[in-house]
Amino acid sequence: MTLDLTPEETTAIWLTLRVALVAVAASLPVAILVAWVLARCRFPGIVLFDAIVHLPLTLPPVVTGFLLLLVFGRRAPVGAFLAEHFGLVFSFRWTGAALAAAVMGFPLFVRAIRLSIEAVDRRLEDAASTLGAPRALVALTVTLPLILPGILAGGVLAFARAMGEFGATVTFVSNIPGETQTIASAIYTYTQVPGGDGPALRLTLISVVLSLGALVLSELLARRTRRAIGQTRP
Amino acid sequence: MRLEVEVRHLQGGFRLDAAFASDAAVTALFGPSGSGKTTLVNILAGLIRPSEGRITLDGLALFDAARRIDVPVHKRGVGYVFQEARLFPHLSVRSNLGYGRRMAALAGRRGAADEFDRVVALLGISALLDRKPAGLSGGEAQRVAIGRALLARPRLLLMDEPLAALDTARKAEILPYLEQVAAETRVPIVYVSHSVPEVVRLAGTVVAMDHGRVVACGPADKVIGGLDATASDDAGAVLDAVVAGEEADGLTRLDTNAGPLLVPAVGRPTGARLRLLVRARDVLVASEHPQGLSALNVLPATVTVIGAPHGAAVEVTLAAGSATLHARLTRRAVETLALAAGRPCFAIVKASTLADESAPPPPWLTP
Repeated sequence: MTLDLTPEETTAIWLTLRVALVAVAASLPVAILVAWVLARCRFPGIVLFDAIVHLPLTLPPVVTGFLLLLVFGRRAPVGAFLAEHFGLVFSFRWTGAALAAAVMGFPLFVRAIRLSIEAVDRRLEDAASTLGAPRALVALTVTLPLILPGILAGGVLAFARAMGEFGATVTFVSNIPGETQTIASAIYTYTQVPGGDGPALRLTLISVVLSLGALVLSELLARRTRRAIGQTRP
Repeated sequence: MRLEVEVRHLQGGFRLDAAFASDAAVTALFGPSGSGKTTLVNILAGLIRPSEGRITLDGLALFDAARRIDVPVHKRGVGYVFQEARLFPHLSVRSNLGYGRRMAALAGRRGAADEFDRVVALLGISALLDRKPAGLSGGEAQRVAIGRALLARPRLLLMDEPLAALDTARKAEILPYLEQVAAETRVPIVYVSHSVPEVVRLAGTVVAMDHGRVVACGPADKVIGGLDATASDDAGAVLDAVVAGEEADGLTRLDTNAGPLLVPAVGRPTGARLRLLVRARDVLVASEHPQGLSALNVLPATVTVIGAPHGAAVEVTLAAGSATLHARLTRRAVETLALAAGRPCFAIVKASTLADESAPPPPWLTP
């Protein structure tokens, strides 16, 4: 077997990377905000909020995909609004694949950041306040740098999850080569046709390499960051 | 600078009800663990909001429940040196020191250009600037923390047992810096401690606390002298002394308000003023002038008060010169010597214990 990739396969690989990167980048600020609320705020209904954030982890992906269709579809309320006012269309576009990937990876992202926020020594934040820093600047100059390893770890988890997303993506934006066909859905397609074993195996190999590379890279980054912020252990 | 505090606060089952006023350069909050000292400084800093009361600094309210004033922590201008240094681990020593300065600059206040260098020199931390906090010793980290608080240009500096986490050698390393900070920066300090020697050495006004209440407030010699000597090993008298001269054998002659004393060399020039702690457990009482005794310091005195006995121990208060001395004796000794108020006697003070707490003396006591 060789790694001579067909143009379709190459397209699927680049599309997967783009979808996963955009999914992680777009959900980053929201993930930090939600993690902050879950770690620091106490209000009635927080348990329900927590459960909703974690829902994509427990729901069948097909259900998540269908719900996305109901909310962000072309004629659905939110989808129509975004298309009309911002020109942002999700259904049957790669942006929809990114949205599905972001939603599926979101609980993992939030969880990692939340744990690192809870591990931050609040006494350092008090110290920053006594030095004249208003709350927003305390968050920006003390808390945020200290939770960077958690953000990185969560980002990589979400990225890996996004690359592997299948069920919700296929349900929401289908499996269109060149637009919404990621590595996962391409492999699925190849396994459904005669003689598709070769391409499926090639893509599988690439999938393994990409995932492994992401994990190794994140571990190296996390180590370096921990050193930079003066933590000896995670 | 005058700090006036009058607060009440209920936290869990603990009730704090404290009021004091001080215009000393260093005010010590003194008391055993759990007496509410840390809660009180956290209230001063604005980290804890008291249930009711008032805090004013030079007449300006930092907190006033009646007038609904509660200046937020970052706007109080109250520096805080914590028990643990609490340096930011992700920043270098230089950036830690500059943190408060940058915040002040963002708020439109700028310090003098040479301020940074002066504080670094004052605390002897110039060699540490490019290091990370994780690589500092406890004493170094605490010095950096003091510098960081000073560079935020506070109107009041709180120090919550800044030496408690350090061993004896590190304490001795930092104390002189603290004295210099108090003497040179003119930032009034509220210093929390349960150590009598530290308080005697640093504080002008002492606020003694117990069980969330202020039990005594006043000049250090009055408050420390008023401690129950049968309950605390460190209780005793605080004497004001002037170095009168060096003896050929290495001893130093001191003129104190209790009379002349000989102590091991204090390394201070003649004429220098210092403060001594004479612990009650280190004072003996004789009914006649003792003969053939190794102790060098025998002061004529008069018994003024025989305290109530605690087990076998009794605290006897003596007038010596213009000072008050305290002696922790046994009940049996008091009975054998027939000590009673008004009776003349001699106080024998061990010289070695004098020097322990006196050297080097607080520089602001030096003329």
